[in-house]
Amino acid sequence: MKSLSLNLRAAVVTLLLLVCFVGVWQLATTGPSVGGSSAGMTPEEIEYAKMMGKDPGAQKSDGFPPPIEVAKASWAHLSDPFYDKGPNDKGIGIQLAHSLARVGLGFVLAMAVALPLGFAIGMSPLMQKAFNPFVQVLKPISPLAWMPLALYTLKDSDVSGIFVIFICSVWPMLINTAFGVASVKRDWLNVAATLEVSPIRKAFQVILPAAAPTILTGMRISMGIAWLVIVAAEMLVGGTGVGYFVWNEWNNLSLTNVIFAVLLIGVVGMLLDLMFAQLQKAVTYVE
Amino acid sequence: MWSDTSLRTSTMTAVPRAAATERASPMTGFLKVEQLAKAYQASKPVFADVSFEMAQGEFVCIIGHSGCGKTTILNVLAGLDTATAGHCFMDGREIAGPSLERGVVFQSHALMPWLTVRQNIAFAVKSRWPDWGTAQVNAQVEKFVAMVGLSHAIDKKPSQLSGGMKQRVGIARAFAIQPKMLLLDEPFGALDALTRGTIQDELMGIVRQTQQTVFMITHDVDEAILLSDRILLMTNGQDTDQGYKPGGLAEVVVNPLPRSRTRAQLHHLDGYYELRNHIVDFLVSRAKAH
Repeated sequence: MKSLSLNLRAAVVTLLLLVCFVGVWQLATTGPSVGGSSAGMTPEEIEYAKMMGKDPGAQKSDGFPPPIEVAKASWAHLSDPFYDKGPNDKGIGIQLAHSLARVGLGFVLAMAVALPLGFAIGMSPLMQKAFNPFVQVLKPISPLAWMPLALYTLKDSDVSGIFVIFICSVWPMLINTAFGVASVKRDWLNVAATLEVSPIRKAFQVILPAAAPTILTGMRISMGIAWLVIVAAEMLVGGTGVGYFVWNEWNNLSLTNVIFAVLLIGVVGMLLDLMFAQLQKAVTYVE
Repeated sequence: MWSDTSLRTSTMTAVPRAAATERASPMTGFLKVEQLAKAYQASKPVFADVSFEMAQGEFVCIIGHSGCGKTTILNVLAGLDTATAGHCFMDGREIAGPSLERGVVFQSHALMPWLTVRQNIAFAVKSRWPDWGTAQVNAQVEKFVAMVGLSHAIDKKPSQLSGGMKQRVGIARAFAIQPKMLLLDEPFGALDALTRGTIQDELMGIVRQTQQTVFMITHDVDEAILLSDRILLMTNGQDTDQGYKPGGLAEVVVNPLPRSRTRAQLHHLDGYYELRNHIVDFLVSRAKAH
């Protein structure tokens, strides 16, 4: 065991934990059948029970689904992700694409606002003080609280969803950009000054690379929050997206599909975070 | 004995004639500092009435205890700070703001860690000559990196270099823009003694070769004696019986040792110990109230 690398040992433990978890899940869901058994009943009694809609031989499926059911459903969803059979029956790929498009659009809009504004705030102590009260008040508002206002003013549920993503992504990006820009080392600015570097060149070639790791951290936090919020927003707004899919499957009482969607949301969120981690790595510098 | 505070400048009685002729014919008043003062509290200026001149091609060191305002003077000369009173002129023009005419080597090297050595120096070269093509910029960069002996590390990031190498890059960057004057803010302060010696030799070689005018802050008496033609001694501001007395230039010591001196034979030269003792005595007994 000692010769194995840390990564390998960690993977073994992860696998064991997974097996335990799935095992417990399996055990917990294979309790006694709710319908009872037909043992000890006369044929007449069975006939009577069937007529009353309580077929003792039929498999009840309204309990919590065991892992195998979820695996089967997942396979079914993933093997045909892009079908479209009307508004309430779309493939999971299409739903995901809708959610990702909303998140992407809201996120890009937030970038377009937060990065320049954060630059301005970070460069000027006056702006920093002037904007601070607004940021402090607006930041702790749950993005979903904006939903009614968004729906009323924008009059479109799709646009409102994008707005909610925008408003929740904008704060971490703004705050981190301002902080990153404000804490660029004095020495580097002095170098730029003694070299008579133009303001534009200074912004893009000195301040931006110097603040990039902090800015990327803000973007990573924003993306995490946006992915949390999109599910809730789509549950409210409806129509398309993974959030709507979860809500729809709840209405169908299909816990199997809900569990599948929950796992999928987790995996996609992880991939988004990994993507930003890579970006962050690319701009980080060692001093 | 060495100098006279009232005269501000003095020459050694024992100046060998050779030393004087060795010096490049100085253009007096290339840099003029007149009545410079800096006060953070109006009643207690850090220093006041600092005036001196520098000739072209001259190497001047400034020595004083921490807090006497050396760095402030250098920053004013660089255009990064403003004085409360007084004026500085370089080449007949008043210094108002930073300029490419004055290269600065910072104490903490101030290299941009996301750029390689080549890119760091190219950034400066492109700032100086925006119209240059890539090949021309590269040629200039390579020339000055070779000058400080770092050609093998040209494509490394600063984080992969030792402290001495980083400082060499800082020096190469300052020289690469070929400024009229070089300002060095205690460039070797953070280096160990051995590295410091090697880089001092390198710096001296480059300065002699390029006839560069240099103003340098140092805490190291030997460094000042080795490198400079004149040494400015500064006092700290202090409370005396007659009230607060701001710091300032106490005296200007002219280095009588031949300009061809090297670090290895420095302490064998006639007059070296007298000069050294004079400066150390000043620092210990006169520069600061204890």
